[in-house]
Amino acid sequence: MNGVHDMGGMHGFGPVRPETNEPTFHEEWEGRCLALNRAMGFAGLWNIDQTRAAIENLPPEIYLQASYYERWALRLRNMLVERGLVDLEEMTAGHALRPGKVPSPKLMPADVDKSLTRGAYAREARNSPRYKPGDLVRTRNLNPPTHTRLPRYARGRVGTVETIRGCHVFPDSAAIGEGDNPQWLYTVCFDGQELWGEKSDPRLEVSIEAFEPYLEALRD
Amino acid sequence: MHDHDNRDANGSDLSGTQLRVRALETILTEKGYVEPAALDRIVEAYETRIGPHIGARVVARAWTDAAFKRWLLEDATHAIVDAGVAAHVGEHLIAVENTERTHNMVVCTLCSCYPWDVLGLPPTWYKSSAYRSRAVIDPRGVLADFGVVLPEHTVIRVWDSTAETRFIVVPMRPPGTEGWSEEKLATLVTRDCMVGTGLPEPPP
Repeated sequence: MNGVHDMGGMHGFGPVRPETNEPTFHEEWEGRCLALNRAMGFAGLWNIDQTRAAIENLPPEIYLQASYYERWALRLRNMLVERGLVDLEEMTAGHALRPGKVPSPKLMPADVDKSLTRGAYAREARNSPRYKPGDLVRTRNLNPPTHTRLPRYARGRVGTVETIRGCHVFPDSAAIGEGDNPQWLYTVCFDGQELWGEKSDPRLEVSIEAFEPYLEALRD
Repeated sequence: MHDHDNRDANGSDLSGTQLRVRALETILTEKGYVEPAALDRIVEAYETRIGPHIGARVVARAWTDAAFKRWLLEDATHAIVDAGVAAHVGEHLIAVENTERTHNMVVCTLCSCYPWDVLGLPPTWYKSSAYRSRAVIDPRGVLADFGVVLPEHTVIRVWDSTAETRFIVVPMRPPGTEGWSEEKLATLVTRDCMVGTGLPEPPP
């Protein structure tokens, strides 16, 4: 999706402003919001790519105005409402008006620590990787209206395959409910000037983590 | 964060969000989907147990143990867990080493992917539009915002976290720290050093 979330290379957002001794959460609700998202993630009603897509699907003017955890709150509400797990009447009332729908795994305090460790996204490969370290590749000029992890600034660019990272869940498929559809994942590195033109810093290299369907062999 | 500088924009509906989050917690609890005590424990974990001190221990170990460092650069997740440096590190963690030639910097331009297991929750600046947009096109400018100036000949390598791989930067060990213990070295390793927007301060 060519959304505002795909920010790499945009101008106009101003300087980066680090905050000294930043607290983990600036407001109590931010912690509750994060925890609610994690707890509902444990219920297995959606996958991580669907949660990213749900943020990207926020209207662009909302996306840009909302803080990180505000986006998480909107995302959670939207996903719950879309799946019929909570309805808007209940959101207005601030209480459940109907009993819960489906029994799904419920995160209990004893399971929290284990649940916070990141999951594994590597899957068994059905074929051999098409590319190897050192290969020159061109990223495809893909513009799907749905979720993708190929950023706009790195489409149609020539880079070098650096490392094969294994065969992973393919976000473009998982986000639209088409299953894991595992694909080989590579670190592909680009020169700054390939991405940003000849005036770019000649000592800049940028890499993306690119799934095999994002790449094509370079033929000269 | 009402008047917080790092906000992407002003004027958002904060009280509305607060009420929305409270309503969600009440509704999901009443429906039996979430257990409030589990939510408490998640918040507590990120406030007290999971943070950059974990990554700092990893870096300090790499600085003092060459075999561990090789292993870390080869397979960070398993090196850290199997060597007992940290108990819980998820899959696909990748450690990248700063050298005289190359300085590494980590970003997620598409959302805010970050190595939570070793650095805790990302700071607001990491999630800001300013960082996400500029890190890949003007990393030297971003570093200047952090007061970091690298030699002109240093190559800056930016890692855009566009998949489930996660990155931690192993900075160069500062001079003047010969003979320091791992614990003492770890105090020099800040979160920003491990994202690549900072450098460890050499001892005075």
